[in-house]
Order: sequence, then structure tokens, then C-alpha cells
Amino acid sequence: MAITPPANRLWWKEPIHGVELGWIVIAFLWGLFMFFFMIAWHFIGDQNLSTETYRVKPAAYEEKVAAWAEQYQKIGADGEPVEVEGTPVVAPPEGGDVYILARLWEFWPVVELKKGVKYRIHISSVDWQHGFSLQPVNMNISVHPGYEHVINLTPTETGEFGIVCNEYCGIGHHTMTGLIRVVE
Amino acid sequence: MASIDATAAGSGVVNAPYRMCRFTGLKVDQAAETLIKVHAVTAVIFLALGGLMGLGVALTRWPAVQILPPEWFYLVLTGHGANVLLFWIIFFEMAVLFFASAILLGSRLAAPKVAWLGYILMLVGALMANYAVLRGDSTVMFTSYVPMQASHWFYLSLIVFAVGALISVMVFFATLVVAKNENTYDGSVPLVTFGAITAAIIAVFTLASGAIILIPTWLWSLGLITEIDSLMYKVVWWGMGHSSQQINVSAHVAIWYAIAAMVLGAKPLSEKVSRMAFLMYILFLQLASAHHLLAEPGMSASWKIVNTSYMMYLAVLGSMIHGLTVPGAIEAAQRRNGFTRGAFEWLTKAPWGNPAFSGMFLSLVMFGFIGGISGVILGTEQLNVLMHNTLYVPGHFHGTVVAGTTLAFMAMTWLVVPLIFRRDIIWPTLAKWQPYLFGIGAGGISLFMMGAGTLGVPRRHWDISLADAAHRAVEFPAAAYLMMGLNGLFAILAALGGLVFIVTVVASILAGPKLDGPDAKMVFPLHDASRQVSEYGSEGTLKLPGTIILVGIFFAAFVLYYFVNWKYLSELWLFN
Repeated sequence: MAITPPANRLWWKEPIHGVELGWIVIAFLWGLFMFFFMIAWHFIGDQNLSTETYRVKPAAYEEKVAAWAEQYQKIGADGEPVEVEGTPVVAPPEGGDVYILARLWEFWPVVELKKGVKYRIHISSVDWQHGFSLQPVNMNISVHPGYEHVINLTPTETGEFGIVCNEYCGIGHHTMTGLIRVVE
Repeated sequence: MASIDATAAGSGVVNAPYRMCRFTGLKVDQAAETLIKVHAVTAVIFLALGGLMGLGVALTRWPAVQILPPEWFYLVLTGHGANVLLFWIIFFEMAVLFFASAILLGSRLAAPKVAWLGYILMLVGALMANYAVLRGDSTVMFTSYVPMQASHWFYLSLIVFAVGALISVMVFFATLVVAKNENTYDGSVPLVTFGAITAAIIAVFTLASGAIILIPTWLWSLGLITEIDSLMYKVVWWGMGHSSQQINVSAHVAIWYAIAAMVLGAKPLSEKVSRMAFLMYILFLQLASAHHLLAEPGMSASWKIVNTSYMMYLAVLGSMIHGLTVPGAIEAAQRRNGFTRGAFEWLTKAPWGNPAFSGMFLSLVMFGFIGGISGVILGTEQLNVLMHNTLYVPGHFHGTVVAGTTLAFMAMTWLVVPLIFRRDIIWPTLAKWQPYLFGIGAGGISLFMMGAGTLGVPRRHWDISLADAAHRAVEFPAAAYLMMGLNGLFAILAALGGLVFIVTVVASILAGPKLDGPDAKMVFPLHDASRQVSEYGSEGTLKLPGTIILVGIFFAAFVLYYFVNWKYLSELWLFN
């Protein structure tokens, strides 16, 4: 029994049951397949999270994002800056750098992207850890203070997409959202 | 030399008081017995507290109910994690370690006073953690990611708890040495003890990781260190956080084998294979920290792939092996017990009315199908981005830790009460239904949280309607709301199962029929020793058609679900 010492003192010399051996081989091969499939997806797949990361001081990142937002601030037909609920809308040049700042409790600013264009999206936090959860696409990435993560992102559909924070960040966590617009 | 050794051993042996168990024939050391009782009772108290908090969390996340205000919700969620994931499980695991060493080896417990010191430290730590959380200034979640800061009491409490647990683990190792030196058993240790050794070795690694990260974090909370790097914290913290779940896996797999042996007389198909599978855990489970870093900046893809796969899925292989050998051992035993018709008579005629067996088998099935498969999907480098930090994550680990570990520990408790407390189960009907109530509830919350997670619902979130949000850009689909409601309903079911468990166990301990008399019989009997399974296990002597079919279904589900998720991933926006 499993609660008594093995009846056969030389238990390691017992032959292995055929069913067990067969299952070990299948499970091992399946494990190998899953392992190599992760590697293969880097070559055949279009969804591999970038590892490009820079150390950045939160204050420096905040300044960088503010300067960038001012440069590419979207101006409406009336000559006024376009805003959504008080947050400026920024329309970066096609294929350029995009900066998103996570802080208590918003993702700033609102960005307007073009469908089918690849952007370099920079994400970092200036206070605590946050979670960048793009909905309803359902892409979920962690955001750390002090680390500037650069993701090459190509939107494949148009519309308004929300960012929800999915890393607990204090009492206002459930109010932390952001917005990405994708246009043709 | 031999004669000197013999004399030394003879004079060195401590004559610890013990009794012989009438039901199992095991020699029960009384110091170990008392410690098992105390740890089991303490564990159940923290289960009650943490379970109640869990019900509060589930009812708050049910949008139509939303029972707690946000500050209480986040506070209670922090307490829920600490009380059930740490305190309930680790107190119970210490009882399992004392059982697997002193009792199964028929040995005295090494240094019972030191074991008491370990217990007291753990208790002080657990109470201090609850104090810190209930003060309201440590609402940082169980993970306490920096730079969010808790009260220094919070970090100190976890350090004190970990030190206590480490001391108890050392007493376990010392007991193994005592048993070996005093020749209390013949040959190799039993498989269940081997599993417990696995759990204890992983525990040492886990508690060391905890110390490495929590001590500096504690100093930081006191203002003695200026900064803790958030990424470094996550890597090392999860060396404790995830690896501690691997203690649970080892412990509950050992319990599966123990219950199968005690209730059905099951014997491992092959000692070699089952022990190898445990060895895989020791060698590879510690890499699991990476599961929490797949969506992080700063880690290379090769680091992620090697670590998240536990080095080519070798630890997953260990679990998949147990997934065959545990039902295989049960089928083999049942066939020897006379249930040989068809592929499944061994299963349909199994003692489903015995809560130790039904709890164990439900735990086995749900751990594999719900917790296991979802864990591999979550831990796949690229697929992680689909569910990272969504409710899918709690869905996964309620499948492993609640439907798996907690249910297995509850099943074991139905044996601990008659065998260690020597009190029979006072209300057998309630006990009989308990595993189904709790198991279906736990399975339901796991599945519905996973479902909501695939729809993007975030974890640890008070209000998915985003009523007060900066931008109400996200409208979660009606299906997500339905899932959250169902999650609430099944949480009520699980809570009922938990309540039945606690009330029946406590009442049995206090007032159950005494089992000391020479004619006393257990209401849920152990396997009849006269029908003991004789020799089997060598190649070719045994057919296990039922197990092969079950494992085939499991494998098909696994492969199918794996590729479905890659299909989802390929439809995402492009990123690299």
C-alpha cells in the first residue's frame, strides 16, 4: 500500500507497467511539442510580446509623455484641441512612437491610431504597478514603474477600445480606464 | 563498531508514549498525535475565516448584489488570500507532514517542543497578519506588489509565519532521521511519506524565497531601505507564491494515494513511476515563478519559455503521470476487490457514499481537468496575454487550490477525525453530501471565473460596470455579467459545503461517538484488511481499461483546449 513501505525492497528493479510506460511517452512528447510550439510561434505567429524594455525614472517618463502629447495633440476643425472627458486626444504620425502613461487612476492620454499600421507603443507607470488590459480585444500586459516597455502593435480593427486596469492599484482601481481609438 | 553502535542506539532511544491504532495497525506517537490535532483544528478555524471572506468577495463581484463597499471589498480580498491560501493550507500541511513521518513510519516525533515552537510562531504570524489587514492599512492584496506599501506588521507577520513553518518542516526532516536510526520501518519509506518529503523540500525552497524578499520589504516598510525594485520583487516573491502552491500539489497528491490506500487498499501500480513523478516536482516546480512574469517588461523570451514550461514541461509530466497512476491504482485495487465487470464497474461501485473517497476522487478529476489544463494554457508564453490578470487566473487557481487541494484536505479530514481524534463522524448523512456540495461549488466558481476571464473581466476589481471610471469605454458583454452571477451562486454552494464541513467536523470532535472501545466500528469503514490486495503491478498482469479511457478523455480535452486558445490568440491585434 501507499502508506506502507514497498513490499518489494528492490522496488526500483520492478518492470514498469505497459500502460504507464505508454502514457509517460505520450505525455513527454506532448510536453516537448508544447515547449517547441512556443518557440515556433516566435517564427510563425504574429503575437509575441516584445521584450524591449528601458529603465526610466517615473518623473522623466512623465515629462517625455507630456512633451510628445503636446507635439501631436489632435486639433479639431474649430481649431481647438480635441479632448475626451478632459483628456487630450493625441494622433501620432503613422508608424511612429506612441506613449501611454499609467497613473492613479487613469491611462493618459487618449490615442488615435490607424488600422493596419504598426506603432511602437511605450508603456510605463509613474506610481504603482498597473495592468494594461485592452478590451474587448482582450490583450493583457503588466505595467511597472521604472520600466519603459516598448510593444510593436498593429491594430486590425477600427473603433473605440477601452483600457481597463487589471492590476490592483488601490481604492480607485476600479475607476482606472483609458481609451484607444482606431480609424481607417 | 557494530556493537558500539548497537549500544549507543539502545541507550539513545527515547521511549515516547504511543498507542496502537485498532483500525490501521499503525503505531501512533502521542506527541505527534496531539500536534496533528492542534494543527488540523487551527487550519479549520482559518478555513472558516478565509472562506467567509471568500463568500463576501464572490457576493461583491456579483454585480446585482455587490454586498461590500469598495474599501471593504479590497480589504476582505486581501484577508481571503492570506487566510485560505497560506494559513488554512499550511497549518493542514504541517499536520500532513507529522502524519507522514511519525505515524506512517511508526516513529516518535523528533523534538516535539521545537514543533510546538514552530506552531506558536505560525499562529502568532497568522493572527498578526489578520490584525494588520483588519487595521485597514494593509489592503495590498495577498501579492503585496511594491511599491504599494502595507503596514510593517503585514510583512513581519508573514516572516514570523514562514519561520514557524520552516521550524516545523525541520522537525519533519529530523523525524525521518530518527525513524531511520531507530529502524522503525523496513526498507524504503512509504510512497505517501515520499510525497510528503517532496512537499517539505519544496517548502524549504519556498520559505527561503519568502525570506529573501519579505525581509528587505519589511525593512523598506520601516523606512530602512529606500526602494524595492518592482520586477525583482515579483520574480522572488513568486518563488514563494507559486512554489508554495507546489507544496500543495505534492501534499494533496500524497493524500490521494493515502486515501486510496486506506479506503480501497490501493497499492501504487509501480513505486518507481510514482516516485519519479514526485521527483520531477522537486527538480522543476520551482521555475514556476515565471508564470507570473509572462506579461512583464524586461524578461527575455528564452527566460520565459524555459521557466514557464518547467524546463520542457517536466513537472507537468509529473502531474500527468499521477493523473494516470492514482486512478490506475484505484482501478487495480477495485478489480482485486471483485469489481471486474466492464470498463467501469470499479468506478460505479466505488464507495461514493464515503466522503473520504468521493472528496478525493472529485479532487483528482477537477484538479486535472480544471486546474491542470488551465494552468498549462495560462503558463504558455504567448497565450498568457489573453488572460493575464483577468478573472481567468483566479478561476485557474480555484481549480487547483480549492477544488484540488482544499477538497483533498477535507476528504482526509474525514479520516483524521475517527483515526486521530478517535471520534466517529456524528452526522454521516451530512458528511456524505459534503464533498459534492463543496466540490460542485468549487468547480463552478472555477469554471465561471475562467469564463468571465476569457471575456476580459479583470480580477480584483470592484465594479466591472465601470460606473465611476475616467472613460466608460468598455462595456462587458451580458455573458460576463451572467458568469459573475453564476460565480456568486456557486460560491454560495461552496460556502454551504464549507459550513457543513466545519460544523460536522467540530461537532464530531466534541461530541462524536467515541471509538476507543474494542468493538467500536467506523461509520465510514476503512478497507477490510482481510481483502487486502495481494501482489500485482508487474508488467502485463493487469488490465486497466477504465483508466485508459479516462486518461484518453483528459488528453483529448487538453489538446483541444490548447489549440482553441492558439486560435483565439491568432485573431488578436498583431504585436511583437
